[in-house]
Amino acid sequence: MTAAAAAETAQPRTERLVHAVNVTKSFHHNEVLKGIDLDVDRGQVVCLLGPSGSGKTTFLRCINQLETIDGGRIWVDGRLMGYDDRDGRLYRLKNKQIAAQRREIGMVFQRFNLFPHMTAIENVMEAPVQVKGEGKKESRVRAQALLDRVGLGDRCTAYPAQLSGGQQQRVAIARALAMQPKLMLFDEPTSALDPELVGEVLAVIRELADEGMTMIVVTHEMSFARDVADTVVFMDAGVVVEAGRPREVLGNPQHQRTKTFLTRLHSEHDHP
Amino acid sequence: MATDTQTRQAEPASDRPGRIDAVPVRHPGRWVAIAVIAVLAAMLVHLLVTNKAFEWSFVFEAMNQSQVINGFLKGTLLVTALSMIVGVGGGVLLAVMRLSDNPILAGVAWLFTWFFRSIPRYILLFTMGTLGILFQDGVAFGVPFDWKIIEWLGFSGDWRLFTLDANQIFTGLVAGVIGLGLSEAAYMAEIARAGILSVDKGQAEAAEALGMSSGKVMRRVVLPQAMRVIVPPTGNETIAMLKDTSLLVAVPVIGELFYQLQSIGSTYYKTFPIAVAAALYYLAVTSVLMVGQYFLERHFGRGFGNKAPRAARPAGAGGA
Repeated sequence: MTAAAAAETAQPRTERLVHAVNVTKSFHHNEVLKGIDLDVDRGQVVCLLGPSGSGKTTFLRCINQLETIDGGRIWVDGRLMGYDDRDGRLYRLKNKQIAAQRREIGMVFQRFNLFPHMTAIENVMEAPVQVKGEGKKESRVRAQALLDRVGLGDRCTAYPAQLSGGQQQRVAIARALAMQPKLMLFDEPTSALDPELVGEVLAVIRELADEGMTMIVVTHEMSFARDVADTVVFMDAGVVVEAGRPREVLGNPQHQRTKTFLTRLHSEHDHP
Repeated sequence: MATDTQTRQAEPASDRPGRIDAVPVRHPGRWVAIAVIAVLAAMLVHLLVTNKAFEWSFVFEAMNQSQVINGFLKGTLLVTALSMIVGVGGGVLLAVMRLSDNPILAGVAWLFTWFFRSIPRYILLFTMGTLGILFQDGVAFGVPFDWKIIEWLGFSGDWRLFTLDANQIFTGLVAGVIGLGLSEAAYMAEIARAGILSVDKGQAEAAEALGMSSGKVMRRVVLPQAMRVIVPPTGNETIAMLKDTSLLVAVPVIGELFYQLQSIGSTYYKTFPIAVAAALYYLAVTSVLMVGQYFLERHFGRGFGNKAPRAARPAGAGGA
């Protein structure tokens, strides 16, 4: 174990983009994550499934340091997240260094969290201009292209409050993409949407997957997971119960908890 | 179900209910109120026009005196503006300190707010005017405790860059601005803190997830949205500050609107017209401030509410 851990500290550049080992996290003595392991290869799409409270969202937030982990390690692109490992002793990174690590990771939230005082295009330009120091002209051109890509090229000057939920979420995806991230995290991107708006957002995410973006998606959309994911991970009560190809996990679950969850989900869909 | 459709179809079109032409609710109370208010207004106008005690010509003459205008511009307007700059800047700084992770900064901000909210402004201004007594050798800028260090090291001389005369700092308008500004900062700190706390946590998280530094998160994302909550009470504070400049007499400062008017009033034994003259000045400035507040609220309210925002923003227009 120690030898393996030592080997992991000096990670060579591999196909593996995200490498999480034994991640634990507690909120006020309530252990939400009880030793999560997860590997995501470049270009892979991983869907995290599970009942609410299973720790999916918390784990996602740990990857880009919105939550600090209590134990375990998370590497993204070979870099240990949140800490500097000097000969086995961990030193907490400064806020600035953590901010730099986050630039490589895009995140899309359940509640969109667009900046309401900025127009759609200003939302997309904000990080490139303020964080990367990109020129306004150049950034505006790129932002326009990104909004075109998510089908909102004609709504650039609209404020978030003037957009539908589906449109807001698509702007939020464009905003995350503007930083040219290596990894995209989606936290239940369609859970706050009216049913008829879910499709347009999933279509954008699906397109991203086809273009080879590495993504971790927390979702309750089973058909999306089945079609798009390379791996689905079923979590419950802070542990990974089962992981594998979608056809195997969703079609032929091996664990009782997965079966119960899927049955309940199906019965909800069959009898709305 | 079937019968329902049948009956409907059986009805001739003209029998189906059409446009509503109902008798509106009558409001006799409104007419009574209009009558009463009209009479009261007529009485007020009559009082203003006919009552000799107003002495309108004296009122306007007093308002036009150069020392009054001077006092108004410097003692009232300038001190209001400077004190609010100190107050708003200091208040936002104190609010950020108070909400920071650093317990020392948070404690200092709390202590400042506690102290300056506890002292009445009149007494604070009075104290400011007398503070020079603490620094009879002047206020020096340089190495702290330099004389002790020099004594230990056995050197001589001093390590001071420059010295200000304390009696020049703690006097007149400067003392007034310091006193009113510090007091205002304590109140503004609470207003700004409420504004910052009113912004959804998801906003800061989204900005952090984009890799923004904590300073940028505050300046670009949190504060511009907090301003929506901060501006209306700040307008209140500005109007209150305008009127509190009449407390400058405690410093004492005499180059101020009300003091100047009063001295004219006591010279000519006319106190009531002087009060009217002062009221007219304060009414005028307050009106202007309220217009300014309207535009500020509109600016920081963009993207919120149903009002359509200005159609096209010029290319390259940033956020706040």
